[in-house]
Amino acid sequence: MEVLIYLVPLALLLGFAGLAGFLWSLRNGQYEDLDGAAWRAIADDEPSPGQQQPGQ
Amino acid sequence: MQVTRDYSHYVKDMGSGLAHLDLAVEGVTCAGCMTKIERGLSALPDVTLARVNLTDRRVAVEWRAGAVDPAGLIDRLAELGYKAYPYEPVRAELAEVQQTRFLLRCLGVAAFATMNVMMLSVPVWSGNVTDMLPEQRDFFHWLSALIALPAAAYAGQPFFRSAFTALRARSVNMDVPISIGVVLALGMSVVETINHAEHAYFDAAIMLLTFLLAGRFLDQNMRRRTRAVAGNLAALKAETATKFVSPEEIREVPVAAINAGDLVLLRPGERCAIDGSVVEGRSEIDQSLITGETAHVAAGPGTQVYAGTLNVSGTLRVRVAAASEGTLLDEISRLLDNALQARSRYVRLADRASRLYAPVVHATALMTLVGWALAGANWHDATVTAIAVLIITCPCALGLAIPAVQTVAAGAMFRAGVLLNSGDAIERVAAVDTIVFDKTGTLTLPDLDVVNRDAIPDGVVALAGRLALASHHPVAAAVAQAAGAKLPLPDIVEEPGRGVRGVVDGIEARLGSPAFCDAEAAARQLLATDPEVSVVAFRHGEVHQVFAVRQRLREDAAKVVARLRERGIAVEILSGDREPAVRQAATALGVDTWRAGVNPAEKIARIEELKRQGHHVMMVGDGLNDAPSLAAASVSMSPISATHLSQAAADLVFLGKDLSPVLKAVDFSRKAVGLMRQNLGLAIGYNVIAVPIAIAGLATPLIAAAAMSGSSILVIMNALRGRSAGTEA
Repeated sequence: MEVLIYLVPLALLLGFAGLAGFLWSLRNGQYEDLDGAAWRAIADDEPSPGQQQPGQ
Repeated sequence: MQVTRDYSHYVKDMGSGLAHLDLAVEGVTCAGCMTKIERGLSALPDVTLARVNLTDRRVAVEWRAGAVDPAGLIDRLAELGYKAYPYEPVRAELAEVQQTRFLLRCLGVAAFATMNVMMLSVPVWSGNVTDMLPEQRDFFHWLSALIALPAAAYAGQPFFRSAFTALRARSVNMDVPISIGVVLALGMSVVETINHAEHAYFDAAIMLLTFLLAGRFLDQNMRRRTRAVAGNLAALKAETATKFVSPEEIREVPVAAINAGDLVLLRPGERCAIDGSVVEGRSEIDQSLITGETAHVAAGPGTQVYAGTLNVSGTLRVRVAAASEGTLLDEISRLLDNALQARSRYVRLADRASRLYAPVVHATALMTLVGWALAGANWHDATVTAIAVLIITCPCALGLAIPAVQTVAAGAMFRAGVLLNSGDAIERVAAVDTIVFDKTGTLTLPDLDVVNRDAIPDGVVALAGRLALASHHPVAAAVAQAAGAKLPLPDIVEEPGRGVRGVVDGIEARLGSPAFCDAEAAARQLLATDPEVSVVAFRHGEVHQVFAVRQRLREDAAKVVARLRERGIAVEILSGDREPAVRQAATALGVDTWRAGVNPAEKIARIEELKRQGHHVMMVGDGLNDAPSLAAASVSMSPISATHLSQAAADLVFLGKDLSPVLKAVDFSRKAVGLMRQNLGLAIGYNVIAVPIAIAGLATPLIAAAAMSGSSILVIMNALRGRSAGTEA
């Protein structure tokens, strides 16, 4: 049962990392447009904002 | 005079030399549009960011301040094929976005805590029947407390606050038993942990919060989404006015930037956005959106004009009396306020359920405590059992039962072209047994239509249509529409109040009043057979023709009225228009109960009368004169072409040229309320089984947790059935 000393904090740490990630993404506005996000993932060669496409 | 568009009112300064503008965009439906718009705008010089929000149908644009004219961005979008307009979120919407974010944050915290507490609870549950050491169990319980207590303190805020407010107002809402249950369960668990007991209830308390927060979030998200889209539509209607910034210079500005005392220009065919009095010019005013009366009223210096009216023939200069609040609007909003207050007495299904629920839950828990104490159990055991009752009855499924159905139904209605303004509108629509329609703009299409198209030779129609393109007059627009005209004729001269003329094949062609075209005899003849039409004459050399123009009924109006009848709903027409026009519409639709020439107060009186007779009345209308009666009815609906105030008063707004959304709203609502009842039944059924087990003291935390999640999932699955309502209209 000694192993618990490592495993329990490790599990909690992972949980906190998940929570921190969620809060970070929420603050970043990543839940503002879920419909758009679904499509962005499969849209190809999306221009990064502000960058001009060559040839345009 | 060249008009410049001034949108500086909407541009936000982001600091560090960047300017920001939010645009509402029409027609963004897919990923293709998204990339097209983003690339199209990013390609402009000095634009640093262009990002489409597909959920809200908006575009955020940023550029180096001063380098880009906002009007240019809108033109660029028009080139790409999208109509756009600067968007300024209303305060209610901003508050809603913040509330949604807060709920999502609470949900995240609660879900994290639930997962981790569960991870610690499962070993305790299984360890209790095998070989767990008491020290290990205590360690796990302390760890659970460490996670659950701060998490509950944070994530429980929406409930604690609401419960506190209710208690301070000496009333009880659903959040009171939730808060008491959670606080007691956590407190008791701490005591148990200190006393090295076998069970603690951290897991149950925090999981309850998670499920309830999920329900709240669904509810909030539905409202936020429809409000965002409705806000877009309001912005896209582009309420602007042409303002004189100096006696010689005019500029098109949003209505929000107009103040009393400003001088504005009102051109023929333009819809007035303000209240004021005419300073210069002569014209005719179409007040149908205000009064329902379709005949035009003459206007000259001194005449009052109101927001929502249409300037028909001449150019007017108007001194603004009020841009957003004015004499007529004041009167109407006073009626509106009164009517809205009367309606707020409506009690939502969830509230009614919880009003019964809260006392029952508290009484049961208290009786359990007293019962076990009397039966000889010690206070500690009796309290633990009472808390188990409180937790197991906590309205987990009840909290999800209604929001889940509402969200699904709102989504389904949105796809059918109906936007919901309030969540409880679904319940009120489902109860409707009488529908009162306004005629002008509701049963009929807002635009005019040529009715004798077939009687006129094609060549004449085509030529008249091309002439008509040069005029802003709504009757001319109807002729252009009927001809499908695309190419305007060159060198057309417009004679204010009379018509347009130009030279075709060396002969003068005219389109305008019968006198202007020497066609008075033909016009008289036409009016004798059908007194309800407006006429516009055409002359090309010796060729004379008279077009009869009228508001046309929405194409499926008769079918929708018949279908509504089949569903046991009585249909009535209340219109401010003249009797013959209303009679004709009523006959065409087969509606027996109708009244013409009714003013706003009489409309309200009729609706109140119906309500007194015990009917649930839905009002469908679009005009400014309908706004108070929309608020007076049990539930109300407006087409998207309605005036701003009417839309604000309506519970539902429908899109498109058909009337079928009214029918669909009824069908979806009835189905949704059926599902809500089933869900409440499921939640109650679960309690009927679970509560006796808890009272008997047999509910272990494992059973309570499993039962609670099981009932919640069942309720959500049932809600998903509301996606289709089996409507074939």
